[in-house]
Amino acid sequence: MIELEKVAYSYGGGELLSDISLSLQPGSFHFLTGPSGAGKTTFLKLIYGDLLATAGQVRIEGIDTRAMSRDQLAFARRKIGVVPQQSQFLDHLRVADNVALPLMVSGRDAGDAQTNLDQLLNWVGLTAQKESLPPELSGGERQRAALARAVITSPNVILADEPTGNIDWEMSQRILQLLVELNKMGKTVMIATHDLALIRASKAQVPARVLRIANRRLQLAGADL
Amino acid sequence: MKYLHRALAFLVGDPQADRVVPPTGFTAQLTSFSAGAMAFLACFALALSVSAGRLAERWSAELAQSLTVRISAPAEQLDVQTQAALIVLETTPGIADARPLSDEEQRALLAPWFGSDLPVEELPIPQLIDVIEEDGLDIQGLRLRLQAEAPGAVIDDHSRWRRPLVEAAGRLRLLSWLSLVLIAGAMAAMVTLAANAALSANRPVIEVLRQVGARDAYIASAFVRRFTLRALTGAAMGGMVGMICVALLPSTDAAGGFLTDLGFAGMGWLLPATIPFLAAAVAFAATRFAALRTLRTMA
Repeated sequence: MIELEKVAYSYGGGELLSDISLSLQPGSFHFLTGPSGAGKTTFLKLIYGDLLATAGQVRIEGIDTRAMSRDQLAFARRKIGVVPQQSQFLDHLRVADNVALPLMVSGRDAGDAQTNLDQLLNWVGLTAQKESLPPELSGGERQRAALARAVITSPNVILADEPTGNIDWEMSQRILQLLVELNKMGKTVMIATHDLALIRASKAQVPARVLRIANRRLQLAGADL
Repeated sequence: MKYLHRALAFLVGDPQADRVVPPTGFTAQLTSFSAGAMAFLACFALALSVSAGRLAERWSAELAQSLTVRISAPAEQLDVQTQAALIVLETTPGIADARPLSDEEQRALLAPWFGSDLPVEELPIPQLIDVIEEDGLDIQGLRLRLQAEAPGAVIDDHSRWRRPLVEAAGRLRLLSWLSLVLIAGAMAAMVTLAANAALSANRPVIEVLRQVGARDAYIASAFVRRFTLRALTGAAMGGMVGMICVALLPSTDAAGGFLTDLGFAGMGWLLPATIPFLAAAVAFAATRFAALRTLRTMA
């Protein structure tokens, strides 16, 4: 479980996020909305320890990220799958190797997980692209590859930052469907997006809590969605 | 045993970890070239150091085991005092051999200054006695006995020649070691620069690795192993060329003196063979330091 208690984050002398408290319960589904520049990406980075809170506590399994050593932070990140806004890949490695990257860095033999990898690539619809290099993928394929990479170690929490940002509606629905499937497997999912249509589309599929960042604070979004 | 296991594991490497950093031709060549050039220079600095040390020992040993007795007396007393001095020397403990120099030998000594046709026998030149020492010589006692038996005898134990020569050779050796330290430092600086360039060029790769849970040590090791092996390979080639060049230097020649005695002998050849490993150790430390420092600047 991930808990945030009175979290604030300041950068360059200004406070970007303030007094944020939240508990991500296992198996819950969250949307995080807010205007561009509101701090959605910063919020997600605080959750997976890429940034450290300047005040308050972000606790992953009960341990404050600020009290963690760098190794502990790395181990904590292995328990959280991240689909970043601009998915970066190691362009010299095949798609299959990129998806298996979390296994490599955690010392697990990607060869042993081959079946799992093949199933995962099939699940995200990238079996035909497994031997391709990342620059050869389309925007939607990149997002699906990033999602596969985020879940290959079977993390309990999946954070997706604008996962449908640069792809068409049909592909957005496909990505959403995959995230909903993961949630139904018991994973905690948080999607940061400014795409209200995506949130509305999800209502029929999953009971989601919608949060909004406005004026540096986190609020529960109203019924206007 | 644990460290040996670690070293072997490091050299064998993790094929998975090695793949995560893309190959970068330019920094690879730069590191290998720098390591090779530094190993080549280190080979010569080491040869100079070893030769200077050998020279200091030889000068010290040769001059310390000999002394010269000079008989300065009127011509009619010269033979008498020489004989008296020889008797004293032969009966003194700690003297292995005492031999008066012949006219030819004395002429040869003076030839560089007066030419080879100097009529030594017609000039009031002192008689020199070449003395070889062994253990147990009481130089002060010998000086007093000679003063009593041959008043014109003066002992020269070569100390005023020996000291500056040995000191000069010692300084030369010290400078050679200092050169080796500077070479190692310059190589560390160059490897650090190359490693920093590689780390900057691969910042997106590092960000991806951190995001998927890679530890700093894992990320650093991918760079460290690569740079260490490049330095080892480059230094092995540079060191090999350096050793060949040292081996091809002219062999020892009395006329050439110190310059033709530059090089290694016997087991001394093992010394330059260690240069590639020292270069690898320097590259390992420099790259690890640079990589961990860069990673710490990333939150």
